[in-house]
Amino acid sequence: MIWLRRHARLAISVVLLAVLFALYIAIHPRGMSVYVMTIWSNQGALLALAALAQFFVVLVRGIDLSVGPVVALTNVAASYLVSGSGLQVAFGALAVLVVGAACGFANGAAVVYGRVPPIVATLASGSIYSGLALLLRPTPGGTIDDAVSDAVTYDLFKVPTSLILIVLVVLLLAIPLRRTRFGLSLYAIGSARDAAVMTGIRVPAVTLASYAIGGFFAALAGLYISMVTLTGDPNIGPAYTLNSIAAVVIGGVALSGGVGSPLGAVLGAFTLKTISALMFFSGLPPLAQPFFEGAILAIAIVLGALGMLRVRSRLERFA
Amino acid sequence: MSSLAPGASRPRLSGLRIDPSVALVVAGCVVIVLGAGMVSPGVLSLGYLLQQLQIAAIVGILATGAMLVILLGQIDLSVPLTITGTAIVSTSLAGSGNPLLETLAIPAGLLGGTLIGTINGLGVAIFRIPAMVWTLAVNAMLLGMTVFYTGGFKPHGAPPPLAVLMAHGRFAGIPNAFLLWLLVGAATTFMLKRTVFGTYIYAMGQSQRALFLAGAPIGRTTVAVFALAGFLSSLGGLLLTGYANQAYQGMGDAYLMPVIAAVVIGGTSILGGSGTYLGTFVGALFMTLLSSILSLLQMPDAARQIIFGGIILGMLLVHRSRRAA
Repeated sequence: MIWLRRHARLAISVVLLAVLFALYIAIHPRGMSVYVMTIWSNQGALLALAALAQFFVVLVRGIDLSVGPVVALTNVAASYLVSGSGLQVAFGALAVLVVGAACGFANGAAVVYGRVPPIVATLASGSIYSGLALLLRPTPGGTIDDAVSDAVTYDLFKVPTSLILIVLVVLLLAIPLRRTRFGLSLYAIGSARDAAVMTGIRVPAVTLASYAIGGFFAALAGLYISMVTLTGDPNIGPAYTLNSIAAVVIGGVALSGGVGSPLGAVLGAFTLKTISALMFFSGLPPLAQPFFEGAILAIAIVLGALGMLRVRSRLERFA
Repeated sequence: MSSLAPGASRPRLSGLRIDPSVALVVAGCVVIVLGAGMVSPGVLSLGYLLQQLQIAAIVGILATGAMLVILLGQIDLSVPLTITGTAIVSTSLAGSGNPLLETLAIPAGLLGGTLIGTINGLGVAIFRIPAMVWTLAVNAMLLGMTVFYTGGFKPHGAPPPLAVLMAHGRFAGIPNAFLLWLLVGAATTFMLKRTVFGTYIYAMGQSQRALFLAGAPIGRTTVAVFALAGFLSSLGGLLLTGYANQAYQGMGDAYLMPVIAAVVIGGTSILGGSGTYLGTFVGALFMTLLSSILSLLQMPDAARQIIFGGIILGMLLVHRSRRAA
């Protein structure tokens, strides 16, 4: 019971996703199958990686409006680099991830050392990144190694590979975030920056690292998109910025920093993608679908905020 | 967003001394106009500059609404669809052929924007949802409504004649749009500096908690500011409708980022509580000049985005590091 109370926000996310997923399978014309699961999981994984990129920045009380542009830039970079011999593919993928981390690092530097508020710093840097993506590849195209793509976008023993990968990522992140000095520093900076400074946490370095990790995950998203679509497209960015923010909020990550978990961000991303998928098979007229998609997004966000109505002291709301 | 920023400067209510961020932006405007004038002398003509004022009025009025919300420490991401929605509603009514509906075109557009702003404000005030997310969701719903209404085609109708007159007409050689912007600016400056409501806005951006303890109506003020911002967004939207002579899907999308950039470059803190209208005014001029001149120089879109982002980031860095020193 205590566990449930402590993790109430996460429990709501899990239940919401379970209900939506059950509904999706129920109305999907092909029902539950490996194929349907794989498509669903691949779509969810794309946004989940972008949501993790947003998560790391939001955790230290930042916001990253350049997630979409970095996704687009790394997606385009992958369409040049991730092909050829096995070694070339491996180094190409590595280079793509380095590009993403460098973008995140640059954002972090502008915020930490340039003292520019994150929202405008990443707004401006995002414009630069999406310009670079357009410069590299004005129209969608390029090639991606087929073998690698097949390996990560199909299924392993009838379980979608993307789902396995995302679960692995969440598990790999969970322990360092809660058990290491670096992980706890991230939460400390997000919940009380001044106290974190007093505690002796190297706030600038840790914040910078958090932005770089965010960029790394945005690059993973860009790389994974190239695996699914087999092209590089400079125009995919905008949707990822906004949806990554919506995903972390639905997943219970506080935009004020210091609250939330990678699992929450991933659940939020899958919830959002399940809503879109539901719409597609809902039988609603196609022209009415965008409205209901928006409305469900709004309801999901309001549900997450319902806790606020129970706050007894009105003063606590402004804390 | 609503947290207290360490080192946030107090609102400059004196207004007499020259704000360094305003001086920086004005210098930026002069540099880009003179720089472009060397490449293309037409830029330095009175006609070209007056035309820039006409276009800047759209960004300027939109930035006025955005600034009020940003002063609270919030943000309004529903601007794009508030513009598009207003345009679709007013052109549909103005082109309906029914004289009664035609006269209602502009009031209905403005009412729609105010309503959207009120919904934004209620979500932020009652549910305490971060404005960034709530206005995003509202934007998504509005997008859905416009898609449903227009059927995905170009919306029918005609722009309201008054909107066309305001956007294209001139009074004593000065573009009407610019005069309208001056009027909006004067009213906003008065409101911010001389009314209790204006003081509440700055105070809420500084510390919502302290303002609450002082007994101010936090909820009502929040809703009123968002509603006013919605009204101004739809006013800017109407001007854009008149300027473009039509309504079309996605017409508001290109305005969200430049409008926020205009406010922030002008020295308004994105964390709320500090900033002058003069800053927003020159910020809107700067953003308009920058984008006009980049397209005049026939930059490819990719280079434009890079230069755009680079200049904004550069100005913010100069502004910040000087303040820190």
